[in-house]
Amino acid sequence: MSIVYPITILGGLGLLFGVGLSLASKVFSIERDPRIDEVRKALPGANCGACGYPGCDGLASAIVAGEAPVNACSVGGAPVAEVVADIMGVNVAESTRYVATVLCQGDCDKAKEKYIYDGIQDCRAQNILAGGSKSCSYGCLGCGTCKDVCEFDAIQILDGIAVIDKEKCTSCKKCISACPKGIIELIPYEQEVIVKCNSNDSGKVVRENCSIGCIGCRICVRNCPEEAFIFENNLAKIDYEKCINCGICAEKCPTKAIWTSLELEKAVNQ
Amino acid sequence: MSIFTILISTIFVNNFVLARFLGICPFLGVSNKTETATGMSIAVTFVVTLSSIITYGIQKGLLEPFGLEYLQTIVFILVIAALVQFVEMVMKKTSPTLYSALGVYLPLITTNCVVLGVAILNIQEGYNLVQTIFNAVGASIGFGLALVLISGVREELEFNDVPEALEGFPIALITAGLMSIAFLGFNGLV
Repeated sequence: MSIVYPITILGGLGLLFGVGLSLASKVFSIERDPRIDEVRKALPGANCGACGYPGCDGLASAIVAGEAPVNACSVGGAPVAEVVADIMGVNVAESTRYVATVLCQGDCDKAKEKYIYDGIQDCRAQNILAGGSKSCSYGCLGCGTCKDVCEFDAIQILDGIAVIDKEKCTSCKKCISACPKGIIELIPYEQEVIVKCNSNDSGKVVRENCSIGCIGCRICVRNCPEEAFIFENNLAKIDYEKCINCGICAEKCPTKAIWTSLELEKAVNQ
Repeated sequence: MSIFTILISTIFVNNFVLARFLGICPFLGVSNKTETATGMSIAVTFVVTLSSIITYGIQKGLLEPFGLEYLQTIVFILVIAALVQFVEMVMKKTSPTLYSALGVYLPLITTNCVVLGVAILNIQEGYNLVQTIFNAVGASIGFGLALVLISGVREELEFNDVPEALEGFPIALITAGLMSIAFLGFNGLV
């Protein structure tokens, strides 16, 4: 008989706790939208924070709560947006894909140097020393700080300036916040004509410092058929919504500060 | 034994981590940052106090009348495991912020031997209910104190020039040993 009590008590306690817990799980159950988990699964899971939410979990909750658009994940891009839109039962609006672009073409041959920098290979460090070694105070310093922060291996330093591979860029904006000169900007992927200069110096100063800078001559502004140019602080800027990528401005630009893609260049030459 | 003596005894003299060497796993595992160490301490305090009260009731009301004291360990483990699950559920519902702050440490408490240690010591020392509660609170404060202290030291160690062979856990173990020796200084206080 001595075996009965221990078995009863232990079994009883186990049963009691079991029942208690299952009841508690009913009472304290939280209604969690099952779509949160589905959306979370569809997201890339890099937890990069480019969307502005704390990780992919945060974004998934925000999307389901309707606080964030279904295409908020720039890293996942269109494929992820489609899956998420499917889960949420909405149509994804055609969104423009943006890629980061370095607005400087002043490489070693074209831009002059103020001094020879021999310190730590980091743009932020170089920038502290009289704004970097480049004569142009707006130009790319080429130490590759943006390259170091890029998690997608999209940035290369070619001939002293950073060049971003737009195929690899996921527009996570990490390079934009890392660049001490603030010359990296998000530009529509389809854009084929870009003013790749960020200098607000007067034309004379630009000419002295760099052979490929915007000198503020306004030839592009006058020749643009769509009036897509905004001219401010000695610098021409293209309104990407109005621009039709005709390439006329790039052809007329005396310093070639307006960059065009190779395809467009070929098309214009023919 | 007066309540004050019990508190001093469990916090300093018989500190569960540094004098009794219970709960060493979280002591080394979650002491990288002061923030998580504090969170863990709060969760432990909660569970230890509740489980002490419940195990005391079971011991006096069920095990002793039937002469089943030998079932103590297994029953107490059952209680602790169920309690941790329950606390997790309640916390998830009532305070999601605290729940997400504690994160994985909450279920980890199930396997924390401080909880079982306190429950069993309460019975061994023959405490009454009030003494049991204060013993549990004191034990958790002592645990938290040790955890926060070592996490502070370990945070500082990050910036120090530690010999390569001792980096990471070795230096943490040496620190823990030195802290334990330092706590020996409280011996004879109670």
